[in-house]
Amino acid sequence: MELPPYATLGQRIWHYGFKLLCGLIFFFLIAPILVIIPLSFNAENFFTFTPGMLALDADAYSLKHYQDFFTNPDWQQALRNSLRIAPVATLLAVSLGTLAAIGLSQPHVPFRRAIMAILISPMIVPLIISAAGMYFFYSDIRLQGTYLGVVLAHAALGIPFVIITVTATLVGFDHSLTRASASLGADPVTTFFKVQMPLILPGVISGALFAFITSFDEVVVVLFVGSANQQTLPWQMFTGLREQISPTILAVATLLVVISIALLTMVEVLRRRSEKLRGMSPG
Amino acid sequence: MSKDGPVLAADGRPLKHSLRRALRAEKMRALALIAPLLIFILITFIAPIGSMLFRSVENEIVPDTLPRATKALQGWDQSAGIPPDEDIFAAMAYDLVIAAERKLHTRLGTRLNYEYTGISSIFRKTGRRVDDFGEAYQDALTGLNPAWKSPGTWVSLMTAPDERARPGAAAELLPETSDLYQSFARLVRDEGDDLSEERPWAPVYAALVRDLRQTDQAVLESYSGPQAALLSEAKAALPDFPVTTFREEFLTADEGWADPQVWATIQAFSGDYTSGYFLNSVDLRKTPDGVAPQPEDERIYIMLFKRTLIMSMIIMGSCVLLGYPIAYLLSNLPLRTSNLLLILVLLPFWTSLLVRTSSWKVLLQQQGVINDVLVWSGLISDAGRLVMINNQTGTIIAMTHILLPFMILPLYSVMKTIPPTYVRAAKSLGATNWTAFWRVYFPQSVPGIGAGCILVFILAIGYYITPELVGGTKGVFISNRIAYHISSSLNWGLAAALGSILLAAVLILYWVYDRLVGIDNVSLG
Repeated sequence: MELPPYATLGQRIWHYGFKLLCGLIFFFLIAPILVIIPLSFNAENFFTFTPGMLALDADAYSLKHYQDFFTNPDWQQALRNSLRIAPVATLLAVSLGTLAAIGLSQPHVPFRRAIMAILISPMIVPLIISAAGMYFFYSDIRLQGTYLGVVLAHAALGIPFVIITVTATLVGFDHSLTRASASLGADPVTTFFKVQMPLILPGVISGALFAFITSFDEVVVVLFVGSANQQTLPWQMFTGLREQISPTILAVATLLVVISIALLTMVEVLRRRSEKLRGMSPG
Repeated sequence: MSKDGPVLAADGRPLKHSLRRALRAEKMRALALIAPLLIFILITFIAPIGSMLFRSVENEIVPDTLPRATKALQGWDQSAGIPPDEDIFAAMAYDLVIAAERKLHTRLGTRLNYEYTGISSIFRKTGRRVDDFGEAYQDALTGLNPAWKSPGTWVSLMTAPDERARPGAAAELLPETSDLYQSFARLVRDEGDDLSEERPWAPVYAALVRDLRQTDQAVLESYSGPQAALLSEAKAALPDFPVTTFREEFLTADEGWADPQVWATIQAFSGDYTSGYFLNSVDLRKTPDGVAPQPEDERIYIMLFKRTLIMSMIIMGSCVLLGYPIAYLLSNLPLRTSNLLLILVLLPFWTSLLVRTSSWKVLLQQQGVINDVLVWSGLISDAGRLVMINNQTGTIIAMTHILLPFMILPLYSVMKTIPPTYVRAAKSLGATNWTAFWRVYFPQSVPGIGAGCILVFILAIGYYITPELVGGTKGVFISNRIAYHISSSLNWGLAAALGSILLAAVLILYWVYDRLVGIDNVSLG
């Protein structure tokens, strides 16, 4: 992408034009997410920058929308529900998913493709269809509108991510390590926890993060499978956006952006660590 | 060891055998590890999808609620254009009185109303009065002998003396009465009431009169079971009874029953399964005379499917246009810089969907940031603020932003593998920059475009949240209609049929995607 010193004027224009274009597209990608951060500190109940904000007047900024989020019982209940549902769904998805991913990475698995297709399907099927099906089926078995129903549904949605990340780490896994461990007298359980698990742990954790964020951000399925008692944060945001849009949503959104940044950093660090552990990059 | 004999393992078994056994054990172990998750997914996910597919053709409510009427209607010829005869009206009365007592008739009416508008109110009105149908006979019988008033008379006549849940000796003699009385008895038991204290509904009396009219004098005389005298007395008094028919009662309750179309609709939908919902989802409907197009003003689904496809394609196209330069830039920069810039792509990918949708809702408003900036910069006047939300523009802008990372990531992973030497070779052979790009680089990036397009397209056609929040009425997709039918109109069958069609489309696309890149190769950033 370096411009050679002998570039003609046309090439120069093209080169800088292209960079400008890319800059604009990056702006399109990032600006909508960043713009809500200052807006969430708005002292007024407006969704745009007030003249005071543009003049960097300290009085035009306030934490009142954050205060509302942390004191409003509706939002707090929604936060509690989200925190009650997501970790349990994640735990279910990760424990079952890791086990299955190890099974799938064995050299001889009958019907491997079919099994893989079934396990990945919750990621493929549009959410509205999953939600519709779960609504019908869970009503029939009396799980609709229950905490358990929402947890099971979210675990199912998170499983494909666990499978994908864990099988990806297992691809580079050196099976002679388990054989070496066995030849030194370790039983399969010890081998799993002492040799295999530490090596695939980064994959397991990033799978868990994906499963967590899937459940934590999910709104379509919980709208149908849940009832008012399972109203989660995204649900509360959804109703807020649809009915009476309040600036508190922007404060919540800002907090969620911060959480996403934290999770993204974690996944990135884990990915590097995993590659280093498996000797895939000089690190 | 002989030369031709099988190779033996250390324990003396043939080696082939031992190997096969070891392989089987290995397979079993792998399956045992996978089994818990597989069962979990089958129950929590695949079964619900199956249940949705089943619901899209299931029609049990009609034959279940109207078992007698649907059976009686089998022999009715709707093409004659006249309402059916008294027997079918009687069967309908029996079914309806039970349905009304169990409060099922309104649900059934709603179901049939999807097929023929107006049925719902007919069922509702009739359901309110059906337990009085045959009141004239009830009065006549009780006037003849007050014993008919007593629930005990009915219990002894209609049930077996030792086992009250079983029909009594008179069942053969009085088939319709017995059948209806059994349903009555079941209902009383289900409600926890005592059968010997509940007087049957008027239609039971009417059924008795109908049965007695059918019975030969001789057969009645040979009957020696309980209440034989009472029955003979009633039979003898029949000629003096007033003559009313169920048909008249139905027509008094609602004129609609004279419309042969109502009956024809019930007949057409009397099976356990129906293609009706699928026909509805492509703007057709099942009429007694075959498949016909929906009335002009009710044709919306084809339009919605078309809109979903067209808008998904527009979104896909804008994702290619915006994603291609970014992927190109990322794959041609040094790794350190590109990794840094990649974060700008991954951050939106990781940010909650609702956060991104809410920010677009805020930005695109008429009093929002974008309009404010445009007014401030003088590009538009304050009165001419752009309407960018609650229409198709809003949906397209927001969804392009949301799905753009799904285009950039596969494109980037393909472009990273294109060796730069080819382009250099092309240039050294005299190609201009454009020719080198278009003839050499671009064709090699096509697989990435294909993968990204399919991925974005699949995600787009199933989207619900964003169109719902920023699409208004003009920018909604088929999935919004599915949600509407589940939660508002309660036409679950139609929702299931629309969902099945959408699911089929997505699965076909995924099959193509799998062919192209492989599902296991889905990268998560």
